[in-house]
Amino acid sequence: MKIVVDTGRCVGAGQCVLTAPSLFDQDDTDGVVVVRDRTPNGAAAEWAREAVRVCPSRALSLHE
Amino acid sequence: MAEVSHSEYNFPLERTCPFTPPPEYRKIREEEPITKVVLPNGNRAWVVTRHTDVRQVLNDHRFSADREHPAFPHLLEGAFGRGPDAEKSMISMDGPEHTTARRLVVGEFTVRRLEGLRPRIQAIVDECVDAILAGPKPVDLVPALALPVPSLVICELLGIPYADHDFFQRNSAKILLRGGPPEERRAAFDALGRYMNELIAKKEVDPGDDLLSRQIAKRRENGVHRRPALAELGFLLLVAGHETTANMISLGTAGLLKHPDQLAVILADPSKTPGAVEELLRFFTIVDTAQARLCVEDAEIGGVTIRAGEGVLALGYAANRDPEVFEDPDSLDVERGARHHVAFGFGPHQCLGQHLARMELQIVFDTLFRRIPTLRLAVRIEDLPTKNDAAVFGLHRLPVTW
Repeated sequence: MKIVVDTGRCVGAGQCVLTAPSLFDQDDTDGVVVVRDRTPNGAAAEWAREAVRVCPSRALSLHE
Repeated sequence: MAEVSHSEYNFPLERTCPFTPPPEYRKIREEEPITKVVLPNGNRAWVVTRHTDVRQVLNDHRFSADREHPAFPHLLEGAFGRGPDAEKSMISMDGPEHTTARRLVVGEFTVRRLEGLRPRIQAIVDECVDAILAGPKPVDLVPALALPVPSLVICELLGIPYADHDFFQRNSAKILLRGGPPEERRAAFDALGRYMNELIAKKEVDPGDDLLSRQIAKRRENGVHRRPALAELGFLLLVAGHETTANMISLGTAGLLKHPDQLAVILADPSKTPGAVEELLRFFTIVDTAQARLCVEDAEIGGVTIRAGEGVLALGYAANRDPEVFEDPDSLDVERGARHHVAFGFGPHQCLGQHLARMELQIVFDTLFRRIPTLRLAVRIEDLPTKNDAAVFGLHRLPVTW
């Protein structure tokens, strides 16, 4: 699994960080998503799926 | 607009019980999930009720948030159109203009940044509970806890003197009141706008350690500082930042008291409180009809063609009770894992302060029920006065004892 980010769409809602802080962070200045781990495995892969599901701007997608 | 054959609903519809959506929502969602309704000004608009359709409308560039457009489907008269000098609010912007405005400030509301406020919020909540325990019984929890916690927090964050809270709470309530005279709502808008302009003028010469002062510095650095624009943002954050959370504190407390089995879950294991907060947000969906949009390009949503120029109400409360997405949606189940609710909206305008609201609610519920374990309602639950007359649902009073 690979996490793909469209930073142009990101509105900094932070849903991904709340869901999976080990995978996602936010830029301090503009709140835009920063991916900490692009290729999660196991339980973290499930968190990535949940983060994609709750992202309000559809800035996140998965390549599996 | 197209003719519709059946009898039309007049919006907004009222909640007949504080714990359930207007009964018509279910009927609309089941029978005709996208349908035309009548707005207070007599205009027609679409309502969208299914979770998937609500998320689509709120995250689709063909639906505009421009509340200043003459065709925008307003539920409150006199809400906008504040003279030629008024700056456009971030909630009325679309596309790149909105993204730029939001990114200027969203750094203040990141999950990590807000975590730093946790000890201070805990101290504020503890002070309120100290005062409740030291005072007479019964007590109205709205002025004793629900309003002061978010008001104090947003004041400290923005750098607004808390001594002015009577002024801004009174004017916020007027802005959100349905059915009041439009002139009063406009006067309240103007009073808060003037207040915010004056406050920012002071901070321009005498900055403090607060969001508004940091915004002045940042906007000056970027060459984009305009006092009226920042005043508009401060106004938005102030009104959105205390009234909504206050209503969720009072309703959430009432909801947990009504469902002692659910309260027991978080008392036994506070790590379940964040999940409980999500469920309470879903269950009450206090900002429901406020999520309106104007269609600016023909779009097919859920098999229905919506034409450019038509208004749409994305009914978050109907979506949050959609059985396709939430099993047994009318039950309060703090362990259901309700993160995909749309109580904070969806799309680029999703609530900027959502993590602040979450943290305040988590701390309030954990602290209140731990420190006052015998807390109970001092009136019958059906006698709680509800804000059916306001754009944001809540309780006018919450008398409790212990």
